[in-house]
Amino acid sequence: MSGAATMTDLTALSAAEAAAGLVRRDFTARELTEAYLAAMEAARDLNAYVLETPEQARAMAAASDERLARGEARPLEGVPIGVKDLFCTEGVRTTACSRILGNFVPPYESTVTGKLWDAGAVLLGKLNCDEFAMGSSNETSAYGPAVSPWRRTGDATPLVPGGSSGGSAAAVAARISAAATGTDTGGSIRQPAALTGTVGIKPTYGRCSRWGIVAFASSLDQAGPIARDVADAALMLQAMAGHDPQDSTSVDLPVPDYPAAVGASVRGLRIGIPAEYRLDGLSPEVAALWDRGIAWLKDAGCEIVDISLPNTSHALPTYYIIAPAEASSNLARYDGVRYGLRVGADDIVGLYEKTRAAGFGAEVRRRILIGTYVLSAGYYDAYYARAQKVRTLLKRDFDLAFAAGVDAVLTPTTPSEAFAIGSKADASPVEMYLNDVFTVTVNLAGLPGISVPAGLSAAGLPLGLQLIGRPFGEETLFSLAHTIEAAAGKFTPTPWWRG
Amino acid sequence: MSVDTKTVLKVAHLARIAVGQEEAARLEGELNAILGFVEELAAVDVEGVEPMTSVVAMSLKMRDDVVTAGGDAAPILKNAPASEDGYFLVPKVVE
Repeated sequence: MSGAATMTDLTALSAAEAAAGLVRRDFTARELTEAYLAAMEAARDLNAYVLETPEQARAMAAASDERLARGEARPLEGVPIGVKDLFCTEGVRTTACSRILGNFVPPYESTVTGKLWDAGAVLLGKLNCDEFAMGSSNETSAYGPAVSPWRRTGDATPLVPGGSSGGSAAAVAARISAAATGTDTGGSIRQPAALTGTVGIKPTYGRCSRWGIVAFASSLDQAGPIARDVADAALMLQAMAGHDPQDSTSVDLPVPDYPAAVGASVRGLRIGIPAEYRLDGLSPEVAALWDRGIAWLKDAGCEIVDISLPNTSHALPTYYIIAPAEASSNLARYDGVRYGLRVGADDIVGLYEKTRAAGFGAEVRRRILIGTYVLSAGYYDAYYARAQKVRTLLKRDFDLAFAAGVDAVLTPTTPSEAFAIGSKADASPVEMYLNDVFTVTVNLAGLPGISVPAGLSAAGLPLGLQLIGRPFGEETLFSLAHTIEAAAGKFTPTPWWRG
Repeated sequence: MSVDTKTVLKVAHLARIAVGQEEAARLEGELNAILGFVEELAAVDVEGVEPMTSVVAMSLKMRDDVVTAGGDAAPILKNAPASEDGYFLVPKVVE
């Protein structure tokens, strides 16, 4: 190892920096992985990992060192990452953080994680998330909540890292993984990224294969990375994206050179500012942050235009019909027969009912029931069919803005900063849903969206801005997000968990 | 629209989730909060609007009609809570 660098310092390198350092032989993949395994052990209070895989990590790192020695490094060669527990990993327990999957060990690998291993990445372990990705705070996990590495200034109250990819965001922010995978059905990559000072991108629907990812709402689910900066997010998405014959909704389009878009000029791009996102209840801090973001893009030569997305207020109600409807259908497969938990009964219906009552947590049961209700005879047209029509209107809002020449839309990612774990326990489920007010529309319209850290609140907590792009406009988003990152700087929590 | 406890129990049975009377009463309130929240959609003018079936305009790819996987019960049964002789075991279904 070179100079005064210590093992712990290696975790301070971004994924791109680590990959470059490995190629230069400044340190080995084994040393890098050991540094992460030690950091993970010291950070167990964060409950970010639900399964650590040190043996696999060491074996994968050793294989990377052999490739590096031969000069055959791939883009993520030797870079240690964490995987949301929603991705099936062959031979490694995958639970979606639900009791109902028990100790399920997949006999196959998800396409996205398989692509990451093909790019040379090293698996550190499986990351905490809301049960079946249903939540905005990581508090519905069967493994208990992940804890944010961020705290309010002078206040040790444990805060949520956001959700559902809360473990992924916490791990990346705490530097116990160089980068991580996430999934986003209504904001589950972007909202936790915003609350932890990390970068998260949900690509266009169809950009990443959904094969081998535990399904929540199939017409909305997309995989994407959570990373320390925009360059790392581009590097990760480059490896994750691409057509897969095993997912009929994956798109057969070439994957552009995303890292090349980072640092590209944004001069002349037209940025839409939607009037409908200036909610009455928007925190003044978030509103000020949004104005700063507008100013930064203007300074970089973007043209700022006011736009209208008139159906915006219908997005959350539409989402809370469509997502539970699809979930109730997808989660029908958990029957206590083929895998996971089984609670015995005298007859088959009793076996189903008892297994599912014991295996699903409260939020998942609630969503299955809502979904079952809105799909049931007599209510289908009033709820589900109507919601699908409103979804068409929501997408049309964006289509019209893009047709008028808008290249991307700038909004806040979340209406407020991170809240305390348990603080919404007695609130109506609807209050938690409001966290996703700025993000769900993007899933309903199938568009790409990125969250980039833009500043700290008065309490010292990270806040993010969201950029929404045209279909398959990820490169534009990387260029614009990098412009904001260059102006706002990067944000790292104080490592209080190391004691 | 709103649900009563009887409807909650009916829906729970359709979803094959055992729900007791006490939980049904609590769920009634929670489900009605959500149904109240989505109620505003009833006022949206959707006359002549096509329901969305795909967010990305694409046609399904065709492939050759050939067997690409299967015939390997062991890895599939490996995660089964109960299996015997290459079959999943369930309580008696047919008399």
